[in-house]
Amino acid sequence: MMLQMSGVHAHYGHIHALQGVDVSVQVGEVVTLIGANGAGKSTLLMSLFGQPRASAGRIIFDGEDITRLQTHDISRRGISLVPEGRRIFPRMTVMENLQMGAVLADPANLHVDLKRMFALFPILEERCEQRAGTLSGGEQQMLAIARALMSRPKLLLLDEPSLGLAPLYIKKIFQTIRELNRDHGMTILLIEQNAHHALRAAHRGYVLQHGQIILSGTGKELLASPEVRAAYLEGGHGAAGK
Amino acid sequence: MSAPVYAHEAPTAAERVKDALAVAFVALLLGIPMIGLTTVDQGGSLVVATRWSWLAAFAAACFVGRLVLRFSLDTLTRRRTARQRAAGAKTVKIAGASRLVSTIGWVAVAFSLLLPIVFSDNRYVVDTATTVLIYVMLGWGLNVVVGLAGLLDLGHVAFYAVGAYAYALLSTQFGWGFWTALPVAALISAAFGVVLGWPSLRLRGDYLAIVTLGFGEIIRVVLNNWTSLSGGPNGVTSIPRPTFFGLAFKPPGDTPTFAGFFGLDFSPGHRIVFLYYVILVLCLLTNVFVTRLRKLPVGRAWEAVREDEIACKALGMNVTNVKLSAFVLGAMLGGVAGVFFAARQGFISPESFTFNESAIILAIVVLGGMGSQLGVVLASLVLVLLPELGRDFAEYRMLLFGTAMILIMIWRPGGILSKREPTLRHVKDGGRA
Repeated sequence: MMLQMSGVHAHYGHIHALQGVDVSVQVGEVVTLIGANGAGKSTLLMSLFGQPRASAGRIIFDGEDITRLQTHDISRRGISLVPEGRRIFPRMTVMENLQMGAVLADPANLHVDLKRMFALFPILEERCEQRAGTLSGGEQQMLAIARALMSRPKLLLLDEPSLGLAPLYIKKIFQTIRELNRDHGMTILLIEQNAHHALRAAHRGYVLQHGQIILSGTGKELLASPEVRAAYLEGGHGAAGK
Repeated sequence: MSAPVYAHEAPTAAERVKDALAVAFVALLLGIPMIGLTTVDQGGSLVVATRWSWLAAFAAACFVGRLVLRFSLDTLTRRRTARQRAAGAKTVKIAGASRLVSTIGWVAVAFSLLLPIVFSDNRYVVDTATTVLIYVMLGWGLNVVVGLAGLLDLGHVAFYAVGAYAYALLSTQFGWGFWTALPVAALISAAFGVVLGWPSLRLRGDYLAIVTLGFGEIIRVVLNNWTSLSGGPNGVTSIPRPTFFGLAFKPPGDTPTFAGFFGLDFSPGHRIVFLYYVILVLCLLTNVFVTRLRKLPVGRAWEAVREDEIACKALGMNVTNVKLSAFVLGAMLGGVAGVFFAARQGFISPESFTFNESAIILAIVVLGGMGSQLGVVLASLVLVLLPELGRDFAEYRMLLFGTAMILIMIWRPGGILSKREPTLRHVKDGGRA
């Protein structure tokens, strides 16, 4: 078991954003978490990092209880986050962004890792001396993923990687996710609003609504499930729509 | 300057003129002490005379020269890119602006090394240059905090004061020399940086600004009122001056003196020039140190924290420690400037460490272009020399000062030098392009 969240609660001030969620990720799996805006998806991801800290429940990563650890200590255990909205360092160059991803890694690996990233995203090598803020949205997303991979994480967390991207880039991003998992054995926890793409890329999925897991199953099962279809795939007019 | 990222996109005529104007402006600034002011012998005494027409000609020559230079450089790079394109290469060139900056930097270093020799009998020029360098030092210290780490510090003067008083008290009470007290005073300032930074760096933006502003005031008020330690408003007097390897700059007496040792006639100018070189060396060391740090992961981490704190946390950085390291380094450099200030003045009082000073130092960093080392130098020149030049206008000089600041902010909102130098280069392998 790579990650096990059991009975996790989290609060933002008075808002009870997570109300006892159980999520697990096996080694080598792609797991997705879908849900509408405000369902608590990002909160769940951030509570893994202690931002906000889980007010109840336990988070076990790689056999170790990380519930009470400091944010930077948690990511040092081997969890890497591609944050929502990419959050690259806009005034720094692509190269510098990548190097910041490896800030805790062994400097001896830097060159090899850079080469891996440039093989994965050739566009980044072309743009490597450009300021990251001048990249297009899709390129920035690739940079954010590459930056997260530079630390050689055991678990990669992606928060809405397709948000605001052109369809072509969305395809490319999901293709990359599959490739990372299939060819590099990367374990991935993916948060998405784009349920269709996410469920097709994932082995298993969870549906989050009002801070609770209301449904879980394999990607195929969820894709076929009438609730999911009604709420997330066919216009979102159903009960869980808003 | 306004250099395009892609060298093959030819700049428009307006861009060229703007770029050349920028160069002419820099030339104008540098030219004020070099060409604009000179000394003439008038009935046995030296007086400062101005040569504004020469200066204008110099600036005009730089303007034209820059236009020609840029045009020929652009033509060259265009040809080269065309050739590279033909060869299928896709590398993007970063245009010549960075080269220009480093050239100006080296010219400035050479000029500042030669300045006391050129103006060896002009005490006023060397003295003013020393003041400029103190502000450069303060600006570089604050630049690490504000420009690189993005922490708005409105109380930088507190560390300047701590350094100054640390040296003043160590030397007058315990008889320490300048060179032994310098590192100790720097450490004391750094310690104050830790004390202030540790609890307050968890705050963001404006809250941190308020805390640092308060800290600056607290230090000043304490110095004003703790009479038994600091002498209160009377300050500390007769602070010993730095010595040259134990040789004092005094008229011949019972102790060995600089003039006596080297067989020179005693002149008070020796000390002025010596002080100038001391601060110059301190500045150059600071510059080398900060430039090196910027190219290490620590320095990049500062900038990354400025850009996006949350992303930094997600990458496993201990953001508090990163911010603290920048803050403490800034405090330490401020302390070093303070030590020098105390040693140069020989007298300090809380009046020298008002909020006004903090504001000027911050203005130097912002006007210079956040994070730019050379920008700090140019802004220090503007902000120190403008009031000096404006002395003739008496009550209007602050008006002049304010107008200049507004003009710079309109003309270059990112500061005089806002272009950021990449700290890492990627060497492409032969196979891939």
